[in-house]
Amino acid sequence: MSFKTRTGTSHTGQPASVQQAPPGAAPADVIHNIGYRHYDGPRLGRAYARRSLFSQSLRGAYGLGRSAKSKVLPMLLLAVMCLPAGILVAVAVATDTDELPVEYTRYAIILQAVIGLFVASQAPQSVSRDLRFKTVPLYFSRPIETADYVAAKFAAMASAVFMLTAVPVAILYVGALLGKLDFVDQTKGFAQGMVSVALLSLLFSGIGLVIAALTPRRGFGVAAVIAVLTISYGAVSTMQAIADEQASTGSIEWLGLFSPITLIDGIGSAFLGATSAAPGQYGPDASTGIVYLLVLAALVAGSYALLIRRYRKVGL
Amino acid sequence: MGGTTVEDVTVIATEGLSKRFPRVTALDRLSLDIAPGVTGLVGANGAGKSTLIKILLGLSPASEGKAAVLGLDVATEGGAIRERVGYMPEHDCLPPDVSATEFVVHMARMSGLPPSAARERTADTLRHVGLYEERYRPIGGYSTGMKQRVKLAQALVHDPQLVLLDEPTNGLDPVGRDEMLGLIRRVHTDFGISVLVTSHLLGELERTCDHVVVIDGGALLRSSSTDDFTQATASIAVEVTDSDAYADGTAALRETLEKAGLAVATAEREADGSPASGRVLFVEVTGDPTYDTVRDAVAGLGLGLVRMEQRRHRIAEVFRNDPGQPNEAAPPPDPTSQPQPQVQHQHQPQEGGSGDVV
Repeated sequence: MSFKTRTGTSHTGQPASVQQAPPGAAPADVIHNIGYRHYDGPRLGRAYARRSLFSQSLRGAYGLGRSAKSKVLPMLLLAVMCLPAGILVAVAVATDTDELPVEYTRYAIILQAVIGLFVASQAPQSVSRDLRFKTVPLYFSRPIETADYVAAKFAAMASAVFMLTAVPVAILYVGALLGKLDFVDQTKGFAQGMVSVALLSLLFSGIGLVIAALTPRRGFGVAAVIAVLTISYGAVSTMQAIADEQASTGSIEWLGLFSPITLIDGIGSAFLGATSAAPGQYGPDASTGIVYLLVLAALVAGSYALLIRRYRKVGL
Repeated sequence: MGGTTVEDVTVIATEGLSKRFPRVTALDRLSLDIAPGVTGLVGANGAGKSTLIKILLGLSPASEGKAAVLGLDVATEGGAIRERVGYMPEHDCLPPDVSATEFVVHMARMSGLPPSAARERTADTLRHVGLYEERYRPIGGYSTGMKQRVKLAQALVHDPQLVLLDEPTNGLDPVGRDEMLGLIRRVHTDFGISVLVTSHLLGELERTCDHVVVIDGGALLRSSSTDDFTQATASIAVEVTDSDAYADGTAALRETLEKAGLAVATAEREADGSPASGRVLFVEVTGDPTYDTVRDAVAGLGLGLVRMEQRRHRIAEVFRNDPGQPNEAAPPPDPTSQPQPQVQHQHQPQEGGSGDVV
């Protein structure tokens, strides 16, 4: 066992024994209260601390390790994400079709409001809380550095969103296989769907965390994330509809760059065989798709850099 | 304590340490050698205490000079230092919706302790700081005193060799303050962990510390052993009633004692910085006969003796010429210190300080 002395538990007790302090820890002739035990087991250092923060944040995104109340919303959203997938699978199996009613890549796009709500509620939970209750300086008094904190929080948020979006896609896939749909087709579609939701997770978490990290007030964070996601989507889809109306279809694919969800949708239709959700299905082709990819990469990297910059300032 | 301070070890050593911000010099060529034990770091707000702690944790590079904590260089071995050092911030730092146990376990893991050890150490540490059943309840419902204990527990949970406590008695009532000071004393005597504790209240530290360092405007004002100046100048506090013969018993006694050749004073400040009663006389003890003289004088005047107790000189009195008057956030103007930096401190009370989260 890792503890030096295991005898005695009295915490009020008199200094009843004289013991040697661990080497190098304190002078050798310190009189210890018998109730205090020194720890000389392993100290796992920075990488372990980063992993601990990651797992705590990931669990926290679903309310695990927090109050019962804080489990309600994330679990409810996860259920809402999965329920339509279950219904679709049931319908597909019952009607004996040869393909699922919804593409794998399309599923997350259809349920984007749920994903948006999840990010809006959990990103502030993850970072605004630490700012508001000033726990951040405490973290930086530990072996981790700014980059470790940001990386752990980013990875945890992205993993949480990925779980939310990947589970229903996996349900669709399992259901499709149970319904004896074509294995090769379904596996290809499933893989494309996974890539699409992985990119979506990175993008949404990045945007959500940057906005949430700006304010210690959780309410503001929630409102701001919802606003950014819905307003950008609303504006882009309205302009796309107008462009479609006026038959200037060439601009539709470029407009799609300006909201997170149409960006993901565009990458899906350019590279992942998805049917575009843009009006008239004027999604980007492969060459415009490169621009989409670049914008996505810039947004993800940019939000990481912004987070690092933010936490440089709020450290201890 | 005697056994530890004679050791030829330093837990904190700084040499010509300076930290300059664009408009403020937070630390000005500070050289310190702090031995194991409980060391008090005293200074008014803005004196550079928080800046020093930040540098010692390896979180902020010094403008010049060097510093070592536990023999590790702060500039290059910050991570190793933070693994062996505990830190209790001045400000609130506890999320209200988790229990003390969950929070401290998490912080133990953040310090590198494996999960099982983190849980075991958390249970031990919370017990040592005096949190029992309440540790399973959310922190939001705790009193200030309990929150301070949780903050102390998270600083101790990884069994550091040194803890840095930033204003641990802030916001506590007198009883809570006494308990916290006792706990800090035990951190060293019972746990064998060295302590650097900051405060702007001098009187508070003399009960707890082996050694007191006073800084002002980022420069070292004084560094001495607590015993050095408190024991050498012992005095007794005497308080008497008035009687019909003497409407002001205190003044009458003072006169009598001064006639008998004793040095008598009234205190301006109590230990905790509150203004002292003018009715308490402090008589300097020159030897055992002093007690007899006081007793006889009181009896001779026919006054009632309310109290007569042995009292060590307050650090505040020893540093009377220093600007750190205990109960003031900002020191009164002092001819010996440069007024310029102090004015700036008042405009920006915690430049670069902890917890300036916007």
